[in-house]
Amino acid sequence: MKTGVLGILAACVALIGFSAPAMAQSGPLRLEITEGVIEPMPIAIPNFVATSPAAQEVAQNLTQVVRDDLTGTGLFREIPANAYISQITDFSAPVRYTDWKTINAQALVTGSVAVSGNQLIVQFRIYDVFAGSELGSGLQFVAGPEGWRRVAHKVSDAVYSRITGEQGYFDSRVVFVSESGPKANRLKRLAIMDYDGANVQYLTDSSSIVLNPRFSPDGGRVLYTSYDTGVPRINILDVGRVRKQVLEQKPGTMSFGPRFSPDGSTVIFSLTEGGNTDIYTMGVNGGNLRRLTDGPAIETAPSYSPDGSRIVFESDRSGTQQLYVMPAGGGEAQRISFGQGRYGTPVWSPRGDLIAFTKQSGGRFHIGVMSPDGNNERLLTASFLDEGPTWAPNGRVIMFTRETRGAEGQSRLYSIDITGRNLRPVPTPDGASDAAWSPLQN
Amino acid sequence: MNIFRMGVLVAAVLTAAACTNARNLDGGAGAAAGAGAGSALSNPSSPVYFQQAVGDRVLFLVDQSSLTEQARQTLNSQAQWLNNNGSYTATVEGHADEQGTREYNLALGARRANEARDYLISRGVAGNRLSVVSYGKERPLEICSEESCYAKNRRAVTVLSGGLSG
Repeated sequence: MKTGVLGILAACVALIGFSAPAMAQSGPLRLEITEGVIEPMPIAIPNFVATSPAAQEVAQNLTQVVRDDLTGTGLFREIPANAYISQITDFSAPVRYTDWKTINAQALVTGSVAVSGNQLIVQFRIYDVFAGSELGSGLQFVAGPEGWRRVAHKVSDAVYSRITGEQGYFDSRVVFVSESGPKANRLKRLAIMDYDGANVQYLTDSSSIVLNPRFSPDGGRVLYTSYDTGVPRINILDVGRVRKQVLEQKPGTMSFGPRFSPDGSTVIFSLTEGGNTDIYTMGVNGGNLRRLTDGPAIETAPSYSPDGSRIVFESDRSGTQQLYVMPAGGGEAQRISFGQGRYGTPVWSPRGDLIAFTKQSGGRFHIGVMSPDGNNERLLTASFLDEGPTWAPNGRVIMFTRETRGAEGQSRLYSIDITGRNLRPVPTPDGASDAAWSPLQN
Repeated sequence: MNIFRMGVLVAAVLTAAACTNARNLDGGAGAAAGAGAGSALSNPSSPVYFQQAVGDRVLFLVDQSSLTEQARQTLNSQAQWLNNNGSYTATVEGHADEQGTREYNLALGARRANEARDYLISRGVAGNRLSVVSYGKERPLEICSEESCYAKNRRAVTVLSGGLSG
């Protein structure tokens, strides 16, 4: 919303202090997250030092967000402050490694927060306690005072990426459908929030059904399906201005389930005409309609590979819902799902290495992942109704909708690591469904 | 409990859609929900008669969109009524139960609505009087998450509009 924050943030990431001694491969302090981490790494994150009384509160709040980000991954365990032997009261003072070794902190994050005029200045350092050295250089972020949460997430992203060698995902947003009212007449409206549930903002009212919002590659726009006109149609809106526009549509048809192409120029979606649903593309400004599948089967839920060359989608051409991959321009499709049950809502990982999907089998729903060639299928969840996976920008975490059964059944968002560990509810003010994760913000 | 829920549903729908949309929850017979519509029900040209005496909906088997014998009979009666009451147009709404993914259910509901529409056309109803829309699993009628409820949610409902007397 406040593009100023973004600009300032991007401009003011700066190295601070002396560049640390070349600590490129810091022996012990390296978390390999590919195989899944069973024992989280102990980390100490003392309250960032406020340089003035005015900075006290924001320093505490900001530090807490960093702790929540890192422990929320399941990869880190926070060492509580009452176990500390030494306190960090001066950001520039040398760290007494033995005090942190004694309490078994493998990593230590220290920081300082200054409020200067209309600016928030945050500096931080990451230490490899057992190596007795700093891990990379200290960094500084500058933002407007309202940007403190984003700064906290940026700090977390830096810590995460230095320790794991992977890009983080904390400075990101989620667009979703907020749900209220009884199950038979659910009120739905679009909402957007930080990945951790903070800063919820509503993008539409609940006067008509809205479904399946999806971010543009730059995170600035959202495609979604709305019943505004009485039939499902594709809308696009600017997140900053909350201004929406209905994309043109052939009369007498329904269109739904849109996604952007990776270059942001094309919308891929499902179009139903005469009861038959196929996959089409069009320009983001409407026009240039192209049909990519035909035949009497249901073809829906398309998603591009990150390089834009291929499309994964679901079809019941074999008799049941299964996953297929075809070239971006259409043409012959290869079936990739062969297990027991029905497969739907495939989404290509931003890393390109996996496809997440919803599977129905034995009366249960699962979120799973498989390689793009269909090998290595793994189910991550099981419940009465799990569906609609979306990828964290680093391709390590999946968010999805879980609905409970019965008259009081409600939809909620959950996240899970792609190893199948760390299943967590995502806090939302009301019921929530159809999450889509944004790219990492700049 | 069930009756209470039905009553609430009908009231809500009536308010929202100005009475052309009342739900006959039993899909044909047992028009219990029509209390208070007695005089309209005795008028065979009324929308209430269409909804409750003719039957405004047909039901489908799991993951199917083909019409059952019972569905054809109901649609025969619908077609006859529509052919006798030419001032009405209708939207056929297709629905699915909650056992499916959102997009697939939208497409499945569209198949069901279209099957019903095509059948009505084959029985002489002009195509330009019949539009279709799918709600997928977004508007279940019964919410118990058991097959007894799912069976009523897998439906195509012919919703009248227009008409001289509304």
